Amino acid sequence: MRLDLLRSERLPNIWCPGCGNGIVLRALLEAIDQLQLDPDNVVLVSGIGCSSRAPAYTAFDNVHSLHGRAIPVATGIKLANPDLTVIVVTGDGDSSAIGGNHLIHAARRDVDITVVVFNNYNYGMTGGQASPLTPTSSITTTTPNGMLDRPFDLVKLAAGAGATYVARSGIYFAKHLVDHLKKAIAHDGFSLVDAVAQCPTYFGRFNRKGSAGQMVTSQKDWMVLKSVAEKKTPEELAGKVIIGEFVNIERHAPVSAAAPKEQA
Amino acid sequence: MPEKKTFRITHNRKWCKDCGICVAVCPKKVYEIDRSDRHAIVNPQNCIGCRMCVEHCPDFALTVEEAKNE
Ligand SMILES: Cc1ncc(C[n+]2csc(CCOP(=O)(O)OP(=O)(O)O)c2C)c(N)n1
Ligand code: SF4
Ligand code: SF4
Ligand code: SF4
Ligand SMILES: [Mg+2]
Repeated sequence: MRLDLLRSERLPNIWCPGCGNGIVLRALLEAIDQLQLDPDNVVLVSGIGCSSRAPAYTAFDNVHSLHGRAIPVATGIKLANPDLTVIVVTGDGDSSAIGGNHLIHAARRDVDITVVVFNNYNYGMTGGQASPLTPTSSITTTTPNGMLDRPFDLVKLAAGAGATYVARSGIYFAKHLVDHLKKAIAHDGFSLVDAVAQCPTYFGRFNRKGSAGQMVTSQKDWMVLKSVAEKKTPEELAGKVIIGEFVNIERHAPVSAAAPKEQA
Repeated sequence: MPEKKTFRITHNRKWCKDCGICVAVCPKKVYEIDRSDRHAIVNPQNCIGCRMCVEHCPDFALTVEEAKNE
Protein backbone atom coordinates (compact mmCIF):
# COMPACT_ATOMS: atom_id res chain seq x y z
CA MET A 1 0.00 0.00 0.00
CA ARG A 2 1.23 3.46 -0.88
CA LEU A 3 1.62 5.39 2.36
CA ASP A 4 1.07 8.63 0.44
CA LEU A 5 -2.62 7.67 0.10
CA LEU A 6 -2.82 8.45 3.84
CA ARG A 7 -2.90 11.89 5.43
CA SER A 8 0.01 11.11 7.71
CA GLU A 9 -0.25 14.42 9.52
CA ARG A 10 -3.63 13.27 10.90
CA LEU A 11 -2.22 10.03 12.37
CA PRO A 12 -2.28 8.28 14.77
CA ASN A 13 -5.96 7.64 14.08
CA ILE A 14 -8.61 8.23 16.73
CA TRP A 15 -9.67 4.55 16.94
CA CYS A 16 -9.18 2.39 20.04
CA PRO A 17 -6.15 0.08 20.21
CA GLY A 18 -6.89 -3.00 18.11
CA CYS A 19 -9.95 -1.55 16.33
CA GLY A 20 -10.63 -3.28 13.01
CA ASN A 21 -11.43 -0.07 11.15
CA GLY A 22 -7.77 0.57 10.36
CA ILE A 23 -7.41 -2.90 8.84
CA VAL A 24 -10.39 -2.38 6.50
CA LEU A 25 -9.07 1.08 5.61
CA ARG A 26 -5.68 -0.37 4.71
CA ALA A 27 -7.35 -3.02 2.53
CA LEU A 28 -9.40 -0.35 0.78
CA LEU A 29 -6.32 1.77 0.09
CA GLU A 30 -4.50 -1.33 -1.14
CA ALA A 31 -7.38 -2.13 -3.51
CA ILE A 32 -7.45 1.43 -4.90
CA ASP A 33 -3.67 1.34 -5.29
CA GLN A 34 -3.70 -2.03 -7.08
CA LEU A 35 -6.42 -0.81 -9.46
CA GLN A 36 -4.07 2.10 -10.29
CA LEU A 37 -6.89 4.61 -10.03
CA ASP A 38 -5.94 8.26 -10.34
CA PRO A 39 -6.33 9.54 -6.75
CA ASP A 40 -7.83 12.75 -8.14
CA ASN A 41 -10.76 10.76 -9.54
CA VAL A 42 -11.62 8.91 -6.32
CA VAL A 43 -14.12 10.29 -3.81
CA LEU A 44 -14.94 8.71 -0.47
CA VAL A 45 -18.23 9.48 1.26
CA SER A 46 -19.10 8.39 4.79
CA GLY A 47 -21.92 8.75 7.30
CA ILE A 48 -21.43 8.88 11.05
CA GLY A 49 -19.74 6.33 13.29
CA CYS A 50 -16.21 5.30 14.20
CA SER A 51 -15.86 3.65 10.77
CA SER A 52 -17.16 6.75 9.02
CA ARG A 53 -14.08 8.64 10.16
CA ALA A 54 -11.90 6.57 7.85
CA PRO A 55 -12.11 8.78 4.71
CA ALA A 56 -10.66 11.76 6.56
CA TYR A 57 -7.39 9.83 6.99
CA THR A 58 -7.00 9.46 3.23
CA ALA A 59 -5.59 11.77 0.59
CA PHE A 60 -8.79 11.53 -1.51
CA ASP A 61 -11.48 14.16 -1.68
CA ASN A 62 -14.09 13.06 0.84
CA VAL A 63 -17.37 14.01 2.49
CA HIS A 64 -18.11 13.09 6.11
CA SER A 65 -21.87 13.45 5.81
CA LEU A 66 -24.82 12.75 8.15
CA HIS A 67 -25.71 9.54 9.94
CA GLY A 68 -27.16 7.13 7.38
CA ARG A 69 -26.99 9.60 4.52
CA ALA A 70 -23.71 8.77 2.80
CA ILE A 71 -25.42 6.91 -0.06
CA PRO A 72 -27.61 9.83 -1.23
CA VAL A 73 -24.61 12.16 -1.06
CA ALA A 74 -22.54 9.65 -3.05
CA THR A 75 -25.37 9.25 -5.58
CA GLY A 76 -25.42 13.01 -6.12
CA ILE A 77 -21.65 13.14 -6.64
CA LYS A 78 -21.81 10.27 -9.14
CA LEU A 79 -24.66 11.91 -11.07
CA ALA A 80 -22.84 15.24 -11.18
CA ASN A 81 -19.62 13.66 -12.45
CA PRO A 82 -19.98 10.06 -13.65
CA ASP A 83 -16.23 9.85 -14.36
CA LEU A 84 -15.48 9.76 -10.63
CA THR A 85 -15.05 6.52 -8.70
CA VAL A 86 -17.36 7.03 -5.74
CA ILE A 87 -16.94 4.83 -2.68
CA VAL A 88 -19.15 4.89 0.42
CA VAL A 89 -17.47 4.07 3.73
CA THR A 90 -20.13 3.13 6.28
CA GLY A 91 -20.78 1.11 9.44
CA ASP A 92 -23.26 -1.70 10.06
CA GLY A 93 -25.49 0.76 11.92
CA ASP A 94 -25.03 3.61 9.47
CA SER A 95 -25.84 1.42 6.45
CA SER A 96 -28.50 -0.99 7.73
CA ALA A 97 -30.38 0.91 10.46
CA ILE A 98 -30.83 4.66 9.90
CA GLY A 99 -29.49 4.38 6.33
CA GLY A 100 -31.19 1.10 5.43
CA ASN A 101 -33.73 2.62 3.08
CA HIS A 102 -31.09 4.50 1.14
CA LEU A 103 -29.14 1.26 0.82
CA ILE A 104 -31.95 -0.81 -0.65
CA HIS A 105 -33.09 1.89 -3.04
CA ALA A 106 -29.59 2.64 -4.32
CA ALA A 107 -29.26 -1.12 -4.91
CA ARG A 108 -32.66 -1.22 -6.63
CA ARG A 109 -31.65 1.64 -8.91
CA ASP A 110 -28.25 0.05 -9.48
CA VAL A 111 -26.42 3.32 -8.87
CA ASP A 112 -22.79 2.86 -9.95
CA ILE A 113 -21.18 3.34 -6.54
CA THR A 114 -19.37 0.96 -4.17
CA VAL A 115 -20.52 0.59 -0.57
CA VAL A 116 -17.96 -0.77 1.89
CA VAL A 117 -19.59 -1.75 5.18
CA PHE A 118 -17.16 -1.77 8.10
CA ASN A 119 -19.22 -4.38 9.97
CA ASN A 120 -18.33 -4.69 13.66
CA TYR A 121 -21.82 -5.92 14.67
CA ASN A 122 -22.61 -2.92 16.86
CA TYR A 123 -22.73 0.86 17.17
CA GLY A 124 -19.16 1.43 18.28
CA MET A 125 -19.17 5.21 18.42
CA THR A 126 -22.10 5.56 20.82
CA GLY A 127 -21.05 2.83 23.24
CA GLY A 128 -21.87 -0.56 21.77
CA GLN A 129 -25.62 -0.62 21.10
CA ALA A 130 -27.22 -3.32 18.93
CA SER A 131 -27.48 -2.79 15.19
CA PRO A 132 -29.62 -4.69 12.66
CA LEU A 133 -26.54 -6.82 11.96
CA THR A 134 -25.92 -7.82 15.61
CA PRO A 135 -26.12 -11.62 15.79
CA THR A 136 -28.92 -13.20 17.85
CA SER A 137 -28.04 -13.71 21.56
CA SER A 138 -25.20 -11.16 21.49
CA ILE A 139 -24.80 -8.84 24.46
CA THR A 140 -24.86 -5.14 23.67
CA THR A 141 -25.70 -2.02 25.68
CA THR A 142 -29.29 -2.21 24.43
CA THR A 143 -29.56 -6.01 24.67
CA PRO A 144 -28.03 -6.70 28.10
CA ASN A 145 -29.65 -10.15 28.25
CA GLY A 146 -28.84 -11.04 24.67
CA MET A 147 -30.22 -9.98 21.29
CA LEU A 148 -33.65 -11.52 20.75
CA ASP A 149 -34.10 -10.64 17.09
CA ARG A 150 -32.52 -12.15 14.01
CA PRO A 151 -30.03 -9.95 12.15
CA PHE A 152 -30.28 -8.99 8.52
CA ASP A 153 -28.09 -11.03 6.23
CA LEU A 154 -26.63 -7.96 4.51
CA VAL A 155 -25.54 -9.98 1.50
CA LYS A 156 -29.05 -11.31 0.90
CA LEU A 157 -30.57 -7.90 1.61
CA ALA A 158 -28.38 -6.18 -1.00
CA ALA A 159 -28.84 -9.01 -3.49
CA GLY A 160 -32.62 -9.02 -3.01
CA ALA A 161 -32.75 -5.28 -3.48
CA GLY A 162 -30.99 -5.53 -6.84
CA ALA A 163 -27.27 -4.98 -6.21
CA THR A 164 -25.25 -6.29 -9.13
CA TYR A 165 -22.08 -7.05 -7.14
CA VAL A 166 -22.14 -8.38 -3.56
CA ALA A 167 -19.32 -9.92 -1.55
CA ARG A 168 -18.39 -10.56 2.05
CA SER A 169 -14.97 -10.86 3.60
CA GLY A 170 -13.22 -10.50 6.93
CA ILE A 171 -10.17 -8.57 8.04
CA TYR A 172 -8.24 -11.76 8.92
CA PHE A 173 -8.43 -12.71 5.23
CA ALA A 174 -6.65 -9.55 4.15
CA LYS A 175 -5.85 -10.60 0.56
CA HIS A 176 -9.38 -11.98 0.06
CA LEU A 177 -10.75 -8.67 1.31
CA VAL A 178 -8.52 -6.65 -1.04
CA ASP A 179 -9.45 -8.86 -4.02
CA HIS A 180 -13.18 -8.45 -3.42
CA LEU A 181 -12.86 -4.72 -2.83
CA LYS A 182 -11.05 -4.46 -6.16
CA LYS A 183 -13.81 -6.34 -7.97
CA ALA A 184 -16.50 -4.27 -6.26
CA ILE A 185 -14.84 -0.96 -7.18
CA ALA A 186 -14.18 -2.06 -10.77
CA HIS A 187 -17.77 -3.31 -11.16
CA ASP A 188 -20.14 -1.25 -13.30
CA GLY A 189 -23.27 -0.91 -11.15
CA PHE A 190 -24.17 -0.94 -7.47
CA SER A 191 -21.70 -2.99 -5.46
CA LEU A 192 -21.46 -3.80 -1.78
CA VAL A 193 -18.78 -5.45 0.31
CA ASP A 194 -19.64 -6.58 3.84
CA ALA A 195 -16.22 -6.28 5.52
CA VAL A 196 -16.36 -7.96 8.93
CA ALA A 197 -14.09 -6.26 11.46
CA GLN A 198 -13.72 -6.18 15.23
CA CYS A 199 -14.77 -3.67 17.87
CA PRO A 200 -12.75 -4.98 20.82
CA THR A 201 -13.86 -2.14 23.07
CA TYR A 202 -17.60 -2.93 23.04
CA PHE A 203 -18.78 -5.94 21.04
CA GLY A 204 -15.63 -7.87 21.90
CA ARG A 205 -15.62 -7.04 25.58
CA PHE A 206 -19.38 -7.56 26.12
CA ASN A 207 -19.31 -10.92 24.35
CA ARG A 208 -16.01 -12.16 25.80
CA LYS A 209 -14.31 -12.46 22.44
CA GLY A 210 -10.84 -12.03 23.96
CA SER A 211 -8.09 -9.64 22.94
CA ALA A 212 -8.02 -7.74 19.66
CA GLY A 213 -5.46 -10.27 18.42
CA GLN A 214 -7.79 -13.16 19.29
CA MET A 215 -10.70 -11.40 17.60
CA VAL A 216 -8.62 -11.15 14.43
CA THR A 217 -7.28 -14.71 14.35
CA SER A 218 -10.58 -16.32 15.46
CA GLN A 219 -12.15 -15.24 12.16
CA LYS A 220 -10.53 -18.29 10.61
CA ASP A 221 -12.57 -20.47 13.00
CA TRP A 222 -16.01 -18.96 12.38
CA MET A 223 -15.73 -17.78 8.79
CA VAL A 224 -15.87 -20.25 5.90
CA LEU A 225 -14.93 -19.67 2.27
CA LYS A 226 -17.96 -19.97 -0.02
CA SER A 227 -16.20 -22.62 -2.12
CA VAL A 228 -15.67 -24.74 1.02
CA ALA A 229 -19.16 -24.04 2.39
CA GLU A 230 -20.77 -25.41 -0.79
CA LYS A 231 -19.51 -28.88 0.18
CA LYS A 232 -20.77 -28.70 3.79
CA THR A 233 -24.10 -29.65 5.36
CA PRO A 234 -26.32 -27.02 7.02
CA GLU A 235 -25.45 -28.61 10.40
CA GLU A 236 -21.74 -28.15 9.73
CA LEU A 237 -22.36 -24.52 8.78
CA ALA A 238 -24.41 -23.62 11.87
CA GLY A 239 -22.98 -20.48 13.45
CA LYS A 240 -20.53 -19.92 10.59
CA VAL A 241 -20.32 -16.83 8.40
CA ILE A 242 -19.70 -17.51 4.74
CA ILE A 243 -17.30 -15.26 2.84
CA GLY A 244 -16.79 -14.82 -0.87
CA GLU A 245 -18.57 -13.41 -3.90
CA PHE A 246 -22.37 -13.83 -3.91
CA VAL A 247 -23.56 -11.67 -6.81
CA ASN A 248 -21.65 -10.58 -9.90
CA ILE A 249 -24.03 -9.85 -12.75
CA GLU A 250 -24.34 -7.39 -15.61
CA ARG A 251 -25.67 -4.00 -14.75
CA HIS A 252 -29.41 -3.65 -15.31
CA ALA A 253 -29.93 -2.13 -18.75
CA PRO A 254 -30.91 1.53 -18.58
CA VAL A 255 -34.59 1.88 -19.47
CA SER A 256 -34.39 5.52 -20.66
CA ALA A 257 -36.14 6.59 -23.88
CA ALA A 258 -36.07 3.21 -25.69
CA ALA A 259 -39.40 1.64 -24.68
CA PRO A 260 -41.74 4.62 -25.23
CA LYS A 261 -40.34 5.18 -28.76
CA GLU A 262 -41.19 1.64 -29.85
CA GLN A 263 -44.75 2.09 -28.67
CA ALA A 264 -45.24 5.30 -30.64
CA MET B 1 23.30 -22.28 -2.70
CA PRO B 2 20.71 -19.46 -2.48
CA GLU B 3 21.18 -17.30 0.55
CA LYS B 4 18.44 -17.10 3.14
CA LYS B 5 16.39 -13.95 2.60
CA THR B 6 16.48 -11.41 5.40
CA PHE B 7 13.93 -8.71 6.09
CA ARG B 8 14.06 -5.27 7.58
CA ILE B 9 11.18 -4.33 9.87
CA THR B 10 10.30 -0.74 10.67
CA HIS B 11 8.00 0.13 13.51
CA ASN B 12 6.43 3.57 13.92
CA ARG B 13 6.40 4.14 17.67
CA LYS B 14 4.28 7.27 17.34
CA TRP B 15 1.41 5.48 15.57
CA CYS B 16 1.53 2.11 17.40
CA LYS B 17 -1.08 1.56 20.13
CA ASP B 18 0.44 -1.64 21.55
CA CYS B 19 -2.70 -3.61 20.65
CA GLY B 20 -0.88 -6.92 20.14
CA ILE B 21 -2.50 -7.87 16.82
CA CYS B 22 0.93 -8.22 15.17
CA VAL B 23 1.93 -10.59 18.00
CA ALA B 24 -1.17 -12.70 17.34
CA VAL B 25 -0.81 -12.95 13.55
CA CYS B 26 2.97 -13.35 13.18
CA PRO B 27 3.80 -17.03 12.51
CA LYS B 28 7.43 -16.59 13.68
CA LYS B 29 7.08 -14.93 17.09
CA VAL B 30 8.94 -11.84 15.93
CA TYR B 31 7.00 -9.53 18.25
CA GLU B 32 6.01 -9.41 21.88
CA ILE B 33 3.98 -7.15 24.14
CA ASP B 34 6.60 -6.65 26.82
CA ARG B 35 6.26 -6.40 30.59
CA SER B 36 5.45 -2.72 30.38
CA ASP B 37 2.61 -3.50 27.89
CA ARG B 38 4.62 -2.10 24.99
CA HIS B 39 5.11 -3.51 21.52
CA ALA B 40 8.63 -4.93 21.12
CA ILE B 41 10.52 -6.53 18.23
CA VAL B 42 12.19 -9.51 19.87
CA ASN B 43 13.11 -11.97 17.09
CA PRO B 44 13.61 -9.94 13.88
CA GLN B 45 16.00 -12.57 12.50
CA ASN B 46 13.10 -15.07 12.31
CA CYS B 47 11.03 -12.92 9.96
CA ILE B 48 10.03 -14.70 6.74
CA GLY B 49 8.53 -11.61 5.09
CA CYS B 50 4.94 -12.88 4.98
CA ARG B 51 3.62 -9.39 5.90
CA MET B 52 0.77 -10.72 8.01
CA CYS B 53 1.73 -8.11 10.60
CA VAL B 54 1.75 -5.30 8.04
CA GLU B 55 -1.68 -6.23 6.64
CA HIS B 56 -3.26 -6.52 10.10
CA CYS B 57 -1.76 -3.57 11.96
CA PRO B 58 -4.72 -1.18 12.34
CA ASP B 59 -2.39 1.76 12.82
CA PHE B 60 -0.15 1.56 9.73
CA ALA B 61 2.79 1.25 12.11
CA LEU B 62 4.71 -1.61 10.46
CA THR B 63 6.61 -2.07 7.22
CA VAL B 64 8.62 -5.15 6.20
CA GLU B 65 11.09 -4.99 3.35
CA GLU B 66 13.56 -7.48 2.00
CA ALA B 67 17.03 -6.48 3.13
CA LYS B 68 19.56 -6.19 0.33
CA ASN B 69 22.69 -8.07 1.39
CA GLU B 70 25.72 -6.15 0.19
C1 LIG C 1 -29.36 11.39 13.24
C2 LIG C 1 -28.45 10.75 14.22
N1 LIG C 1 -28.92 9.78 15.04
C3 LIG C 1 -28.11 9.18 15.90
C4 LIG C 1 -26.80 9.54 15.99
C5 LIG C 1 -25.90 8.87 17.01
N2 LIG C 1 -24.98 7.91 16.39
C6 LIG C 1 -23.74 8.27 16.07
S1 LIG C 1 -22.85 7.00 15.39
C7 LIG C 1 -24.17 5.94 15.58
C8 LIG C 1 -24.07 4.50 15.18
C9 LIG C 1 -22.84 4.11 14.47
O1 LIG C 1 -22.79 2.74 14.28
P1 LIG C 1 -22.04 2.13 13.05
O2 LIG C 1 -22.54 2.72 11.79
O3 LIG C 1 -22.11 0.64 13.13
O4 LIG C 1 -20.55 2.69 13.20
P2 LIG C 1 -19.35 2.22 14.17
O5 LIG C 1 -19.22 3.32 15.18
O6 LIG C 1 -19.71 0.90 14.77
O7 LIG C 1 -18.19 2.13 13.25
C10 LIG C 1 -25.26 6.59 16.15
C11 LIG C 1 -26.55 5.93 16.45
C12 LIG C 1 -26.33 10.55 15.13
N3 LIG C 1 -25.04 10.92 15.13
N4 LIG C 1 -27.17 11.13 14.27
S1 SF4 D 1 -15.48 1.91 19.88
FE1 SF4 D 1 -15.16 0.05 18.70
S2 SF4 D 1 -15.43 0.70 16.55
FE2 SF4 D 1 -15.14 2.57 17.79
S3 SF4 D 1 -12.91 2.99 17.67
FE3 SF4 D 1 -13.28 1.79 19.53
S4 SF4 D 1 -12.96 -0.34 18.88
FE4 SF4 D 1 -13.24 0.87 17.02
S1 SF4 E 1 -0.44 -4.33 15.39
FE1 SF4 E 1 0.42 -2.29 15.01
S2 SF4 E 1 -0.48 -0.98 16.58
FE2 SF4 E 1 -0.80 -3.08 17.24
S3 SF4 E 1 0.98 -3.53 18.55
FE3 SF4 E 1 1.52 -4.21 16.50
S4 SF4 E 1 2.56 -2.47 15.58
FE4 SF4 E 1 1.49 -1.68 17.38
S1 SF4 F 1 6.43 -10.32 7.96
FE1 SF4 F 1 5.52 -12.20 8.79
S2 SF4 F 1 7.20 -13.23 9.85
FE2 SF4 F 1 7.87 -11.12 9.49
S3 SF4 F 1 7.32 -10.06 11.37
FE3 SF4 F 1 5.60 -9.79 9.96
S4 SF4 F 1 4.21 -11.46 10.42
FE4 SF4 F 1 6.15 -11.98 11.39
MG1 LIG G 1 -20.64 -0.67 13.76
